[in-house]
Amino acid sequence: MNTPMKLAGLATLGASLFASLPAWAQDATAEAAEVVAAAPAAVDNAFIFNTLLFLIGGFLVFWMAAGFAMLEAGLVRSKNVTMQLTKNIALFAIASLMYWIVGYNLMYPGDAWTMTGYVGQLFSAKTIGGDPDLATGYSAGSDFFFQLMFCATTASIVSGTLAERIKLWPFLIFTVVLTGFLYPIEASWQWGGGWLSEAGFSDFAGSTLVHAAGGFAALSGALILGPRLGKYTKEGRVNPMPGSNLALATLGTFVLWLGWFGFNGASQLALGTEVDANAVSIIFANTNMAASAGAVVAMILSQLIYKKVDLTMVLNGALAGLVSITAGPLDPSLFGAVWIGGIGGVIVLVVVPLLDKLKIDDVVGAIPVHLVAGFWGTMAVPFYTDGTSFGMQFVGFAAIGLFMFVTSGIVWVVLKSTMGLRPTQEDEMMGLDKAELGLEAYPEFTKG
Amino acid sequence: MKGKDVKLIIAAIKPFKLEEVREALTTIGVRGMMVTEIKGFGSQSGHTEIYRGAEYAVNFVPKVRLEIVVSDSLADAVVETIRTTAKTDKIGDGKIFVLDVQHAVRVRTGEINDDAL
Repeated sequence: MNTPMKLAGLATLGASLFASLPAWAQDATAEAAEVVAAAPAAVDNAFIFNTLLFLIGGFLVFWMAAGFAMLEAGLVRSKNVTMQLTKNIALFAIASLMYWIVGYNLMYPGDAWTMTGYVGQLFSAKTIGGDPDLATGYSAGSDFFFQLMFCATTASIVSGTLAERIKLWPFLIFTVVLTGFLYPIEASWQWGGGWLSEAGFSDFAGSTLVHAAGGFAALSGALILGPRLGKYTKEGRVNPMPGSNLALATLGTFVLWLGWFGFNGASQLALGTEVDANAVSIIFANTNMAASAGAVVAMILSQLIYKKVDLTMVLNGALAGLVSITAGPLDPSLFGAVWIGGIGGVIVLVVVPLLDKLKIDDVVGAIPVHLVAGFWGTMAVPFYTDGTSFGMQFVGFAAIGLFMFVTSGIVWVVLKSTMGLRPTQEDEMMGLDKAELGLEAYPEFTKG
Repeated sequence: MKGKDVKLIIAAIKPFKLEEVREALTTIGVRGMMVTEIKGFGSQSGHTEIYRGAEYAVNFVPKVRLEIVVSDSLADAVVETIRTTAKTDKIGDGKIFVLDVQHAVRVRTGEINDDAL
């Protein structure tokens, strides 16, 4: 099909779609039919398109939970795969419930702050029922659905770093606190209209609010939990523990990459005007460029440094590119997205071995990808976005980083001193699948 | 006791040679074998791999282990066939061991020694 024909086809399709909208309304109630018949122009297309953007963005970001699950399942050893998958589906479900029960209104208190600019409404469950409020410009349900997914993403980041050596229940209790309280509080400072947004901080889709926040929770956990048994020898040598399935890890990375279009694109929060449609399109394109540049740079650097391309570094490079562009995906040119994302790839090659030197065991590379590239993405915003400053960007990152590091550190310490975080040495050597769950991911040898 | 004496031949060979060796052995009249994926080291020792920036030594190299039980008279031909077929002239081609078998039994019929093969 050539282009003019395609356009003609689209126009016909569009016309028939819009023509059929009043018909659906007529089917609903006779009353509605009268309204539509009297004033067909009353359909609020902006409301519908804005809502649609939230819904599409929301289910794309939901799909990132699948991406994290596959990436992590692929990068842990086969004896811990069932446990990693269990943690991933459990943390998503817990995030959904906690964000409803307390998180949403804590993050978006409107005028009902408990402590203005810092702490929103406490213990106030979100409601979404009733007729649409056209004045808000989008459906309340779509906004709740979309924002919930970001909360779950923050929790997904933590599970990968701490894989293979943390018991199921303390990890899930941490997830309850993280998704119900820690994430909503720090995110309210910016997206809920709190003190950071007042001060002029800028974080479009969450390089700091989501990614670095999750990264700091993961870092404090990794420090308190310690490395996997045998990861670092007494002589200081690194003992690699290669992942069990790089096909799954690659699939997971592609799934995350896809989900990121929703993460960044729908963070435009509107699709009701030509300007918004244009902005969402630019964000999609920039997001893709940054991921590609991150992957290519990581590939070239791993070839130069190690004489071989390391696939896991390339996967991390793509994700670091994505995190790098997340704080400002709209304003850079395509070239801007490329160099910002490319530096994300550099970060991976520098920070992965650095963490090993410091004996911080990060199983999937979440700290370089989410925390350090999150820092870079946040600091890169002023290169292209007017009205932002390096100083304010740093203040915002440092404030959220400090808050997340300290509060999650307290939670980890409390969990460690009450129920304990680590399985016994014997259980860890056997693998958490057998020891804690009694369910192996690959049981065919005797049960085939 | 009925049936002639049998011998067990154990061979560790390079995995990619398995199909060629199986074909050659079938041609000379071998009617069964057991195959296992194994790891081990000999004079080839190992090699190094790299994962996320850290090098590590892989001391055990993947090989395929064949276990073949044949009547005495066929044993030399089997050894020679494996030796010539699995040979690449490069280090790590593997080893062949020949052992006496006390007796062999077919599970279904109870036949023994070379009748059981």
